[in-house]
Amino acid sequence: MSKITLAHGSGGTLTQELIESVFFKHLGNKFLSKNDDSAILPGEAANIAFTTDSFVIKPLFFPGGDIGKLSICGTVNDLAVNGATPKYLSCGFILEEGLDIEDLRKIVESMASWAKIAGVDIVCGDTKVVEKNSVDSIFINTSGIGVLRDGINLSVDNISVGDKIIVTGNLGDHGIAVLSKRKGFEFESESISDCAPLNHMLKVLTDNIKEVKFMRDATRGGVATTLNEIVKHKDFGIMIEEERVPVLDSVRSACELLGLDPLYIANEGKALVIIDKEYEAKALEILRSNEYGSNAASIGEITQDNQDMVCLKTPLGATRVLGMLSADPIPRIC
Amino acid sequence: MLKFIDEYRDKGLCADIVEKIKAISKKRLKIMEVCGGHTMAIHKNGIHKLIGDNIKLISGPGCPVCVTSVEDIDMVLALSRIEGLVICTFGDLFNVPGTGSLTLDKQRAEGADIRIVYSVRDVITLAKEEREKKFVFISIGFETTAPTAAAAIIQADQDGLDNFYILSLNKTMPRALKAILEDSRTDIDGLICPGHVSTIAGTDMYNFIVDKLRIPCCVTGFEPSDILTSIYILTELAEKNQAKLVNAYKRAVKAQGNEKALSIMEKVFKPSDVQWRGLGNIPDSGLALKDEYSRFDVLNTFKIDRPTSISEKDCICGDILRGAKVPSDCKLFRNICTPSNPRGACMVSSEGSCAAAHRYGD
Repeated sequence: MSKITLAHGSGGTLTQELIESVFFKHLGNKFLSKNDDSAILPGEAANIAFTTDSFVIKPLFFPGGDIGKLSICGTVNDLAVNGATPKYLSCGFILEEGLDIEDLRKIVESMASWAKIAGVDIVCGDTKVVEKNSVDSIFINTSGIGVLRDGINLSVDNISVGDKIIVTGNLGDHGIAVLSKRKGFEFESESISDCAPLNHMLKVLTDNIKEVKFMRDATRGGVATTLNEIVKHKDFGIMIEEERVPVLDSVRSACELLGLDPLYIANEGKALVIIDKEYEAKALEILRSNEYGSNAASIGEITQDNQDMVCLKTPLGATRVLGMLSADPIPRIC
Repeated sequence: MLKFIDEYRDKGLCADIVEKIKAISKKRLKIMEVCGGHTMAIHKNGIHKLIGDNIKLISGPGCPVCVTSVEDIDMVLALSRIEGLVICTFGDLFNVPGTGSLTLDKQRAEGADIRIVYSVRDVITLAKEEREKKFVFISIGFETTAPTAAAAIIQADQDGLDNFYILSLNKTMPRALKAILEDSRTDIDGLICPGHVSTIAGTDMYNFIVDKLRIPCCVTGFEPSDILTSIYILTELAEKNQAKLVNAYKRAVKAQGNEKALSIMEKVFKPSDVQWRGLGNIPDSGLALKDEYSRFDVLNTFKIDRPTSISEKDCICGDILRGAKVPSDCKLFRNICTPSNPRGACMVSSEGSCAAAHRYGD
């Protein structure tokens, strides 16, 4: 791999290879190499979670959100799935010469409003402007700090055979909503991005159920890729039942037409929750009572068989492998 | 739209057909499908795992990307190195390796202007919007996509576009089927005929398979119940030693095909000899532009030195396309050849048999 190609940004196999062979190789340490959505760092009074994310989405405004909302929710969710309460965010802007200031204002207003809803403060920032064609309109980076709540112990090491896998709602909404507005792809779709801050909902969940074992937000590469990351090098397998995966008809239709699989499409407001089976019903009840979790569903479980693999039971009753995303079906959606 | 799909995915209906297949299946049968869409649907739904041990499904040369020769891929790569010429292609071709594992993806990272389009019409739009550049559409596909390429050329001709070209890598199905099925190494008991190709080309082209080669044929669609129905029909015919052509896709396919699409194709293209990956040169199985439209042929305007092409040494894509071998017979499969580092065409195309076998863990 002598040059970066778009596939290196897909969140799939090549992204993992790049992270491992370049970033972890040179920068790896006990915090970074855990490869979680945010790092848990030792603090004086409480442990803190720290994360960073960059946003390069095209188009900047899409049904259900914009790059500003995404830059807040994405970072907030990375902290929230690790059981932290998001507190402070930084923001860095790289602006292209010629960007409409009114667009920038709309984006920043959106950031302010969603930061307020998520309950975080944006406490530092930076702006750079580069020559036309050096970037595409606007790129945003946000970093976030959260405080780990007492008694929280979320780790992939907690997962054991029999645990249930829950998704907090319909899959694929974000990717399809963005794609439907992409130049060259424009198609009529009712899809609206699910971009949302999940921190309040996930706090209620973990406050009420200590037996939540692991959470992750299923962004690039979709639920299938996230599940493959979880199962990698483990002595357990995962079995998903296709019929139980919640997908809106509008998203299914678009996927049928475009030859995409909703399980590989990005979400920006959906978490995967792995939980002891005793607490499955209670978790679903809590999630479904929240506006961002009303379609939460249990889609599968951790199995003794098929170690190191994610499998899917088709509606006809056959079983097949649900592999990792290998090339990006839709670039630049986050 | 889903209403029209879901009724063909009905679990109870599919389970009934599976039981009917198992009830009549006595002989060991090899049934070949020759459409990438069928291959993917079979693996996605796990159909091959449901129908019992007697019936083996094998994948023939139905994926247009898979049958594109290394020489043709190298030609596309050579075109991508021409300054001012924009390559427009379907996404499937983006990662297909040519000689030395070079791909369009890698060429783009080197600075080549390569655009992924969903339709040849998008290329016409681009050519009108960016008059200072020249655009070439890499026209790939069987009878299903060739009419749209032909329609675009007629439109470009009417609009007087002078910056739009195509590279015709189009192929037609009948001659290829003949080449495979008449090959002594091929041994099959039934043929699931390609659904999309048949909507355009009709079903008469399969008559020789039934009449001369005595192989039962069934044209079908892409939903689980469609495919299971065709397996049932072919099993029943094979068990009774009957060779018949059955159209089980009447909601889309007419015996005479789509006459309008065929006439547009005929207006613009003429048959040509063409190289198929794994099958070699098959006379009159390609489509070249007729003389009156030859100014749209990219190779008439841009001269390229064809590089010497080298195929991957251990790749057995050719045998797989002929149905003689399966992906797991290949020593590159899964170890060296993977979807993110494909060595052969059957792995790189999302509809290739190796990609299907890899993706769905078979």
